[in-house]
Amino acid sequence: MRYLDEFRDPVLAAALVENIHRRSTRPIRLMEFCGTHTVSIFKHGIRQLLPPTIEMLSGPGCPVCVTANADLDWAIAVAREPEVILTTFGDMLRVPGSRSSLEKAKAEGAKVRVVYSTLDALQIARDNPDRPVVFLGIGFETTAPTIAASVLQAEAEGVSNYYILSMHKLTPPATKAILDSGESHLDGIIGPGHVTTVIGSQSWEFLPRDYGLSCVIAGFEPLDILQGIYTLVDGIEAAQPEVTNVYSRSVRPEGNETALEYMYRVFEVCAADWRGMGEVPASGLKLRERYHQFDARERFAVDPGPSVEPPGCLCGDVIRGAKTPPECSLYGKVCTPHHPVGPCMVSSEGTCGAYYLYAGEQDSVRHNLRS
Amino acid sequence: MDKILLAHGSGGRLSHDLIRDLFLPHFAAPALAKLDDAAVVEPLATTLVLPDSHRLAFTTDGYVVKPLFFHGGDIGRLAVCGTVNDLAMVGATPFYLSAGFVIEEGLGLGILRQVVASMKDSAQEAGVEIVAGDTKVVERGGADELFISTAGLGIVPQGVDISGSNARPGDLVILSGAIGDHGIAVLSEREGLAFKAELTSDVAPLNHLVASMLKASSQLHVLRDPTRGGLATSLNEIALQSGVGIRIEEGKVPVHDAVRAACEMLGYDPLYVANEGKLVAIVAPDEGERILEAMRADPHGGEAAIIGEVIADPKSKVLLRTGIGGTRIVDMLAGEMLPRIC
Repeated sequence: MRYLDEFRDPVLAAALVENIHRRSTRPIRLMEFCGTHTVSIFKHGIRQLLPPTIEMLSGPGCPVCVTANADLDWAIAVAREPEVILTTFGDMLRVPGSRSSLEKAKAEGAKVRVVYSTLDALQIARDNPDRPVVFLGIGFETTAPTIAASVLQAEAEGVSNYYILSMHKLTPPATKAILDSGESHLDGIIGPGHVTTVIGSQSWEFLPRDYGLSCVIAGFEPLDILQGIYTLVDGIEAAQPEVTNVYSRSVRPEGNETALEYMYRVFEVCAADWRGMGEVPASGLKLRERYHQFDARERFAVDPGPSVEPPGCLCGDVIRGAKTPPECSLYGKVCTPHHPVGPCMVSSEGTCGAYYLYAGEQDSVRHNLRS
Repeated sequence: MDKILLAHGSGGRLSHDLIRDLFLPHFAAPALAKLDDAAVVEPLATTLVLPDSHRLAFTTDGYVVKPLFFHGGDIGRLAVCGTVNDLAMVGATPFYLSAGFVIEEGLGLGILRQVVASMKDSAQEAGVEIVAGDTKVVERGGADELFISTAGLGIVPQGVDISGSNARPGDLVILSGAIGDHGIAVLSEREGLAFKAELTSDVAPLNHLVASMLKASSQLHVLRDPTRGGLATSLNEIALQSGVGIRIEEGKVPVHDAVRAACEMLGYDPLYVANEGKLVAIVAPDEGERILEAMRADPHGGEAAIIGEVIADPKSKVLLRTGIGGTRIVDMLAGEMLPRIC
């Protein structure tokens, strides 16, 4: 199949792996920011193909995982409001908040509908003009423009029962926060391919300039990722930190200007709460005053109660790359995809879930995969 | 009379009319047509003239699917094939089915008639008789249009010993065809996805395929139809039941392009998507080619392929060798598969 098979070619993959082995001489730590990269790396078994000199860490790029419990509690409380239909992407359904999840709220009678696109949510609003329809706006710069587009569409049509609960987050400020914390000692970063399609590769120039770090923007197929890793190794070995785009079939230096224009017409930058990082300045998006009639936070006055983190859960540390999932005492024992404690185990893009599903909960099995 | 009324389930005149006018024209087995409280059927041994040592296989399953009709099938065909296939997966020759209908008040009679006709066709295709039935009508909202439950009875011929606990290290893993067709066809119908024209459910009775496999070799150790939870879940069940490991090759598992494309877009893994007309067989290594040949000669096994092997360690785990040469674990599905954010 086009666009898949050519990026999964086993012969080319073997050649790239060999090049990585040949070029890599000193121990380095690389972080893939994006959860889709994390999953792809595990799903294709890329970690075991790498030389022992390269350590891969997973970053905060799972939108579900970085959503703070307080925000999640808010969403669940809104879903329980009478008459409300809460629409959401599927990933959020099972994520445990302080006391419940959207899935549980749904089982208890709340109207929660999974949608594939904001346009589906808008259609539900058109079909139910007498009920408030709230879209749970979780995601990074990839999803925010489509949500902005739905707001503009709702305004143009005069749909007055459509609301956005914006919990959008921006990726470069989170990356800065992780680097500034000094916890993870990184040598290079695999930048998020789809986010960068929107924001442009030039948004990452601060990495070599301010932090002396190499950054590669890579796609999500195995060859994309291997090419990205090779590029990082090469740049680090040569001590020439720079931003390299190996996903040029999607990413341009300036990004997608139309998408950005939509996004910033509807949203403005604000501080945001991140799980594991707390409040990060200028790292979120809220609706502009001009569109306040679509803001669920203005429409609903709910009190979800104090937020509580599950005791013992290390999701916050895993998100920052400060800990790996097996370092958490709950991992694989109390916390599994079947009985998740923290969001990183629930989400299809969460680091703990990827470790568990694709690499096994037992050391013996992980060892078996390497041999 | 074009919709189901509560009175159709009352046991009175309307119930009788419904059975006489809608069900019996399609379900014509003499044992059913007598309308006694239970079907009296010939002992299966005399039907088949089997030696005394045969055993009976007996199974039951409930069917709920939305929408009732989808590209390539409908709930009626599912209800017949699903139960026939459950019997076939222990090597049984299926003979008799029962069918229970829970109908929501207000369901169009035309819809019910179509479902029943489809059950008749599927039963004929599988070579089974529907000999007992029941209908209940529940108030609007008490059920979602139509639920069907079927039970099935079959015979396991002498010498056949097929079970999820029979996989041994060295055995080969054979898949009867491409995975994911049913799940993605139903999903695309339900969600109105644009590529549905290319997607057809694989729902089909597999008993004839199994019969040809048994004719080719007695060394069938395990058979499973990977329905809900997909191939990944079936393989995990076998690995657990047999206390073995299973290793499959990603590149050898057939997946149709339309299903691959849909899965890529939605963030699904075809290994976890439901099938209704596929089976996975674990067979003795030296019989693999012979069984594969027999499968490929059957209309439901044309794309059959050897996809992997049973290994001693790690126990109770399924490993997948990826297209680029890495290895990863394939776990059971946790919860429902949900479309992702980005």
